[in-house]
Amino acid sequence: MSIEVRELIAILLMFIGIFFMVVSAVGVVRMPDLFMRMSAATKSSTVGTSCVLLAAGVYFGNDLGSSSRVVVTIVFLFITAPAAAHMIGRAGYYSGSELWDGTVLDELETRPDADKIPLRRAKKAEDRIRPIILPSSTPVESVVPDGDDFH
Amino acid sequence: MNLTDLALYVALPLLTVAIVLTLIRLGKGPQMPDRVVAFDLLSTLGIGILAVYAIGTNQPAFLDVATFLALISFLGTIAFAYYLEKRD
Repeated sequence: MSIEVRELIAILLMFIGIFFMVVSAVGVVRMPDLFMRMSAATKSSTVGTSCVLLAAGVYFGNDLGSSSRVVVTIVFLFITAPAAAHMIGRAGYYSGSELWDGTVLDELETRPDADKIPLRRAKKAEDRIRPIILPSSTPVESVVPDGDDFH
Repeated sequence: MNLTDLALYVALPLLTVAIVLTLIRLGKGPQMPDRVVAFDLLSTLGIGILAVYAIGTNQPAFLDVATFLALISFLGTIAFAYYLEKRD
Protein backbone atom coordinates (compact mmCIF):
# COMPACT_ATOMS: atom_id res chain seq x y z
CA MET A 1 0.00 0.00 0.00
CA SER A 2 1.47 3.26 -1.05
CA ILE A 3 1.79 6.32 1.11
CA GLU A 4 -0.96 8.27 -0.64
CA VAL A 5 -3.61 5.61 -0.27
CA ARG A 6 -2.75 5.15 3.37
CA GLU A 7 -2.95 8.88 4.06
CA LEU A 8 -6.26 9.09 2.23
CA ILE A 9 -7.75 6.31 4.37
CA ALA A 10 -6.37 7.99 7.50
CA ILE A 11 -7.90 11.36 6.56
CA LEU A 12 -11.27 9.74 5.86
CA LEU A 13 -11.32 7.81 9.14
CA MET A 14 -10.12 10.81 11.13
CA PHE A 15 -12.87 13.09 9.86
CA ILE A 16 -15.57 10.44 10.32
CA GLY A 17 -14.40 10.07 13.92
CA ILE A 18 -14.29 13.80 14.52
CA PHE A 19 -17.81 14.15 13.16
CA PHE A 20 -19.07 11.57 15.65
CA MET A 21 -17.20 13.19 18.53
CA VAL A 22 -18.59 16.65 17.80
CA VAL A 23 -22.08 15.14 17.48
CA SER A 24 -21.73 13.52 20.88
CA ALA A 25 -20.60 16.80 22.45
CA VAL A 26 -23.58 18.60 20.91
CA GLY A 27 -25.86 15.86 22.21
CA VAL A 28 -24.46 16.21 25.72
CA VAL A 29 -25.26 19.91 25.66
CA ARG A 30 -28.65 19.72 23.96
CA MET A 31 -30.35 16.63 25.34
CA PRO A 32 -32.95 17.27 28.06
CA ASP A 33 -32.34 14.29 30.30
CA LEU A 34 -29.48 12.56 32.11
CA PHE A 35 -30.11 9.27 30.35
CA MET A 36 -30.30 10.77 26.87
CA ARG A 37 -27.11 12.69 27.58
CA MET A 38 -25.47 9.50 28.73
CA SER A 39 -26.59 7.71 25.57
CA ALA A 40 -25.21 10.49 23.38
CA ALA A 41 -21.98 10.70 25.34
CA THR A 42 -21.28 6.98 25.33
CA LYS A 43 -22.23 5.45 22.00
CA SER A 44 -21.32 8.22 19.62
CA SER A 45 -18.06 9.13 21.33
CA THR A 46 -16.97 5.48 21.44
CA VAL A 47 -17.41 5.16 17.68
CA GLY A 48 -15.76 8.52 17.08
CA THR A 49 -12.73 7.83 19.24
CA SER A 50 -12.36 4.38 17.72
CA CYS A 51 -12.38 5.85 14.21
CA VAL A 52 -9.74 8.42 15.13
CA LEU A 53 -7.58 5.75 16.77
CA LEU A 54 -8.03 3.57 13.70
CA ALA A 55 -6.85 6.47 11.57
CA ALA A 56 -3.73 6.69 13.72
CA GLY A 57 -3.25 2.94 13.37
CA VAL A 58 -3.49 3.19 9.58
CA TYR A 59 -1.13 6.16 9.52
CA PHE A 60 1.48 4.35 11.62
CA GLY A 61 0.75 1.18 9.70
CA ASN A 62 4.34 0.16 9.00
CA ASP A 63 5.06 0.14 12.74
CA LEU A 64 3.45 -2.98 14.15
CA GLY A 65 3.87 -1.89 17.78
CA SER A 66 1.84 1.28 17.36
CA SER A 67 -0.90 -0.45 15.40
CA SER A 68 -1.27 -3.19 17.98
CA ARG A 69 -1.50 -0.61 20.78
CA VAL A 70 -4.23 1.13 18.81
CA VAL A 71 -6.16 -2.13 18.52
CA VAL A 72 -5.76 -2.78 22.26
CA THR A 73 -7.07 0.70 23.06
CA ILE A 74 -10.10 0.26 20.78
CA VAL A 75 -10.95 -3.11 22.33
CA PHE A 76 -10.60 -1.65 25.80
CA LEU A 77 -12.89 1.27 24.90
CA PHE A 78 -15.53 -1.05 23.50
CA ILE A 79 -15.42 -3.15 26.67
CA THR A 80 -15.38 -0.40 29.28
CA ALA A 81 -17.58 2.36 27.84
CA PRO A 82 -20.90 0.44 28.14
CA ALA A 83 -20.01 -0.71 31.66
CA ALA A 84 -19.21 2.83 32.77
CA ALA A 85 -22.39 4.19 31.18
CA HIS A 86 -24.44 1.49 32.86
CA MET A 87 -22.99 2.36 36.26
CA ILE A 88 -23.54 6.10 35.78
CA GLY A 89 -27.13 5.55 34.67
CA ARG A 90 -27.86 3.27 37.58
CA ALA A 91 -26.32 5.69 40.07
CA GLY A 92 -28.19 8.59 38.50
CA TYR A 93 -31.51 6.77 38.63
CA TYR A 94 -31.15 5.67 42.23
CA SER A 95 -29.93 9.05 43.40
CA GLY A 96 -33.13 10.60 42.10
CA SER A 97 -32.22 12.13 38.78
CA GLU A 98 -35.22 13.57 36.98
CA LEU A 99 -36.61 11.83 33.93
CA TRP A 100 -37.68 13.81 30.91
CA ASP A 101 -41.35 14.85 30.78
CA GLY A 102 -41.91 12.93 27.56
CA THR A 103 -40.65 9.64 28.95
CA VAL A 104 -43.22 6.97 28.20
CA LEU A 105 -41.82 3.94 29.99
CA ASP A 106 -39.95 3.57 33.27
CA GLU A 107 -39.64 -0.14 33.84
CA LEU A 108 -37.73 0.15 37.09
CA GLU A 109 -40.64 2.05 38.61
CA THR A 110 -43.00 -0.91 38.41
CA ARG A 111 -40.67 -3.68 39.40
CA PRO A 112 -41.68 -5.81 42.42
CA ASP A 113 -39.23 -4.40 44.93
CA ALA A 114 -39.64 -0.78 43.87
CA ASP A 115 -40.52 0.17 47.44
CA LYS A 116 -36.95 -0.58 48.43
CA ILE A 117 -35.62 2.19 46.23
CA PRO A 118 -35.20 5.38 48.24
CA LEU A 119 -36.10 8.75 46.73
CA ARG A 120 -38.40 7.06 44.23
CA ARG A 121 -41.04 5.64 46.53
CA ALA A 122 -42.88 8.84 47.47
CA LYS A 123 -42.96 10.09 43.91
CA LYS A 124 -44.35 6.80 42.69
CA ALA A 125 -47.10 6.69 45.35
CA GLU A 126 -48.27 10.19 44.46
CA ASP A 127 -48.25 9.40 40.79
CA ARG A 128 -50.65 6.56 41.46
CA ILE A 129 -53.12 8.87 43.21
CA ARG A 130 -52.89 12.06 41.23
CA PRO A 131 -50.96 11.76 38.01
CA ILE A 132 -50.79 15.34 36.81
CA ILE A 133 -50.53 17.67 39.80
CA LEU A 134 -47.90 17.63 42.55
CA PRO A 135 -44.80 17.91 40.42
CA SER A 136 -41.95 17.92 42.90
CA SER A 137 -43.35 19.62 45.99
CA THR A 138 -42.75 16.68 48.32
CA PRO A 139 -39.80 17.23 50.58
CA VAL A 140 -37.06 14.76 50.08
CA GLU A 141 -36.62 14.36 53.84
CA SER A 142 -39.99 12.60 54.14
CA VAL A 143 -38.54 9.59 52.39
CA VAL A 144 -36.84 7.35 54.89
CA PRO A 145 -34.69 4.72 53.24
CA ASP A 146 -35.02 1.29 54.67
CA GLY A 147 -31.34 0.65 54.47
CA ASP A 148 -28.95 -0.11 51.75
CA ASP A 149 -30.43 -3.42 50.71
CA PHE A 150 -31.48 -2.15 47.29
CA HIS A 151 -28.11 -2.75 45.79
CA MET B 1 -2.02 20.27 2.46
CA ASN B 2 -0.96 16.88 3.71
CA LEU B 3 -2.30 14.79 6.55
CA THR B 4 -0.26 16.28 9.37
CA ASP B 5 -1.29 19.84 8.53
CA LEU B 6 -4.88 18.72 8.22
CA ALA B 7 -4.70 17.07 11.63
CA LEU B 8 -3.10 20.04 13.32
CA TYR B 9 -5.03 22.90 11.75
CA VAL B 10 -8.49 21.43 11.00
CA ALA B 11 -9.04 18.41 13.22
CA LEU B 12 -7.73 19.80 16.49
CA PRO B 13 -9.87 22.98 16.37
CA LEU B 14 -12.98 20.88 15.70
CA LEU B 15 -12.13 18.73 18.71
CA THR B 16 -11.58 21.88 20.75
CA VAL B 17 -15.13 22.95 19.88
CA ALA B 18 -16.34 19.59 21.18
CA ILE B 19 -14.31 20.05 24.39
CA VAL B 20 -15.82 23.50 24.93
CA LEU B 21 -19.36 22.16 24.44
CA THR B 22 -18.66 19.42 26.97
CA LEU B 23 -17.27 21.97 29.44
CA ILE B 24 -20.55 23.89 29.17
CA ARG B 25 -22.40 20.79 30.34
CA LEU B 26 -19.78 20.18 33.03
CA GLY B 27 -20.38 23.67 34.37
CA LYS B 28 -24.17 23.87 34.28
CA GLY B 29 -25.15 20.24 34.73
CA PRO B 30 -28.06 20.36 37.14
CA GLN B 31 -26.95 17.45 39.25
CA MET B 32 -23.88 15.44 39.99
CA PRO B 33 -24.50 12.55 37.51
CA ASP B 34 -24.70 15.01 34.63
CA ARG B 35 -21.27 16.29 35.54
CA VAL B 36 -19.94 12.75 35.74
CA VAL B 37 -21.28 12.06 32.24
CA ALA B 38 -19.60 15.23 30.97
CA PHE B 39 -16.36 14.22 32.68
CA ASP B 40 -16.50 10.80 31.06
CA LEU B 41 -17.03 12.37 27.64
CA LEU B 42 -14.19 14.79 28.32
CA SER B 43 -11.72 11.99 28.94
CA THR B 44 -12.94 10.13 25.84
CA LEU B 45 -12.44 13.28 23.77
CA GLY B 46 -8.98 13.52 25.29
CA ILE B 47 -8.15 10.10 23.90
CA GLY B 48 -9.24 11.29 20.45
CA ILE B 49 -7.18 14.46 20.78
CA LEU B 50 -4.13 12.41 21.68
CA ALA B 51 -4.61 10.21 18.62
CA VAL B 52 -4.99 13.25 16.35
CA TYR B 53 -1.95 14.87 17.94
CA ALA B 54 0.06 11.69 17.40
CA ILE B 55 -0.78 11.92 13.70
CA GLY B 56 -0.06 15.65 13.60
CA THR B 57 3.34 15.47 15.22
CA ASN B 58 4.25 12.08 13.69
CA GLN B 59 5.03 10.71 17.15
CA PRO B 60 3.48 7.30 17.83
CA ALA B 61 4.45 7.56 21.53
CA PHE B 62 1.28 9.55 22.16
CA LEU B 63 -0.75 6.40 21.46
CA ASP B 64 0.68 4.93 24.69
CA VAL B 65 -0.63 7.97 26.52
CA ALA B 66 -4.04 7.37 24.90
CA THR B 67 -4.09 3.79 26.19
CA PHE B 68 -3.13 4.93 29.66
CA LEU B 69 -5.81 7.65 29.62
CA ALA B 70 -8.44 5.07 28.63
CA LEU B 71 -7.50 2.92 31.63
CA ILE B 72 -7.47 5.81 34.10
CA SER B 73 -10.70 7.42 32.88
CA PHE B 74 -12.56 4.13 33.22
CA LEU B 75 -11.39 3.83 36.83
CA GLY B 76 -12.40 7.42 37.55
CA THR B 77 -15.87 7.00 36.08
CA ILE B 78 -16.46 3.77 37.98
CA ALA B 79 -15.35 5.41 41.23
CA PHE B 80 -17.63 8.41 40.70
CA ALA B 81 -20.61 6.16 39.91
CA TYR B 82 -19.92 3.99 42.97
CA TYR B 83 -19.79 6.91 45.37
CA LEU B 84 -22.85 8.53 43.79
CA GLU B 85 -24.77 5.36 44.45
CA LYS B 86 -23.51 5.04 48.02
CA ARG B 87 -24.31 8.65 48.85
CA ASP B 88 -27.45 9.27 50.86
